[in-house]
Amino acid sequence: MDRTVIAVASGKGGTGKTTVSTNLARIAAMQELEVSYLDCDVEEPNGHIFLRPSIDNTTAVSVPVPVVDEQKCTACGKCKEICQYSAIALLGKTVLTFPNLCHGCGGCLLVCPTGAITETGRNVGVVEEGISGSVRFVHGILKIGEAMSPPLIRAVKDRILPQGISIVDSPPGTLCPVIQSVKGADYVVLVTEPTPFGLNDLILAVEMLRVLELPFGVVVNRADAGDEAVFDYCSSESIDVLARIPDDRRIAEAYSCGSLAVEALPEYASLFESLLKEITCVRL
Amino acid sequence: MKVAITAREGSADSAIDQRFGRARYLIVVDTDTGQTDTVDNEVNLNATQGAGIQTAQNVAALNVEAVITGHLGPNAFRTLSAAGIRAYTALQGTVEEAVEELKAGRLEPVESADVEGHW
Repeated sequence: MDRTVIAVASGKGGTGKTTVSTNLARIAAMQELEVSYLDCDVEEPNGHIFLRPSIDNTTAVSVPVPVVDEQKCTACGKCKEICQYSAIALLGKTVLTFPNLCHGCGGCLLVCPTGAITETGRNVGVVEEGISGSVRFVHGILKIGEAMSPPLIRAVKDRILPQGISIVDSPPGTLCPVIQSVKGADYVVLVTEPTPFGLNDLILAVEMLRVLELPFGVVVNRADAGDEAVFDYCSSESIDVLARIPDDRRIAEAYSCGSLAVEALPEYASLFESLLKEITCVRL
Repeated sequence: MKVAITAREGSADSAIDQRFGRARYLIVVDTDTGQTDTVDNEVNLNATQGAGIQTAQNVAALNVEAVITGHLGPNAFRTLSAAGIRAYTALQGTVEEAVEELKAGRLEPVESADVEGHW
């Protein structure tokens, strides 16, 4: 099978991204498909709780940050001007760098006319790789207190194989970490819940994906727990509802024990099978 | 001496803005001549990051010797220090009152950042 990247995202947190991602990964493996699960929610990765992988490789990830040689610096200010993140300040003839604000774009290095800037690495976290049954497992763990997650997410996504299905479990929201996670996906699954909060954040996520021009559909979790507004919105915007996961206490109980729904409650296997089929056969 | 004071409104009778980086206005007062200028700092109000650094650079460009504000984060403090600008704390009152307090020597100089970043 050619490479297929499915990103699972949501506006609101706690709607069920990891539930959908991990169950999709396991169901794909049960069908003997080559599948990888990549947890890009590097601030609080939790897919490992359900997939329980054995980790066989750990790699440190660093962001390149500038170091200024004061002997060569002429205080021209070009580095400060190009930096969009206020990571370089110029006060008179003193250049200050703020490594914790640096996104590692390398712009300052490029524009420095005297070659006064070199780069050094600043560690932001680790990528761990392993295996869970026949699901290939990758996740990133951001260093505690670190704010710069996109470079680590990029490092996780660099592990996407050129073949097979890759399921990218994204962080919640609509900011840089999410955009970094969904970028390049062949299809995005937006998981939501039928509540006013779920709807509000779903709309934000839909607007983000439309700007990124990525194809997407919606999975409604706890589908019978709230109101109809999410469904009305999807129908008025011609957005496909790919699956409805019922508000079943047993799913929550399995989740709380770190068990996958498709394993603890085999009757849900068909729901995730049809979702996977819907995405891979119908949508792509 | 020229002093920049962080302010909620654009005039000298405004309350001091307790936030440095995301202060709405900077009021520049020349304590010798009494001349007052207002600098709009709105561009830093919604900065995603680095508001303290940017505001400190703006303050440095105003050629002031001192800043009066409520609180300073670590990056703002480091930037002001590199520019050789002293900072003083005024936790209440108006811009005018703070200038009088400074002239009377009753304001405490800030020796280090007193709040975390993104305060």
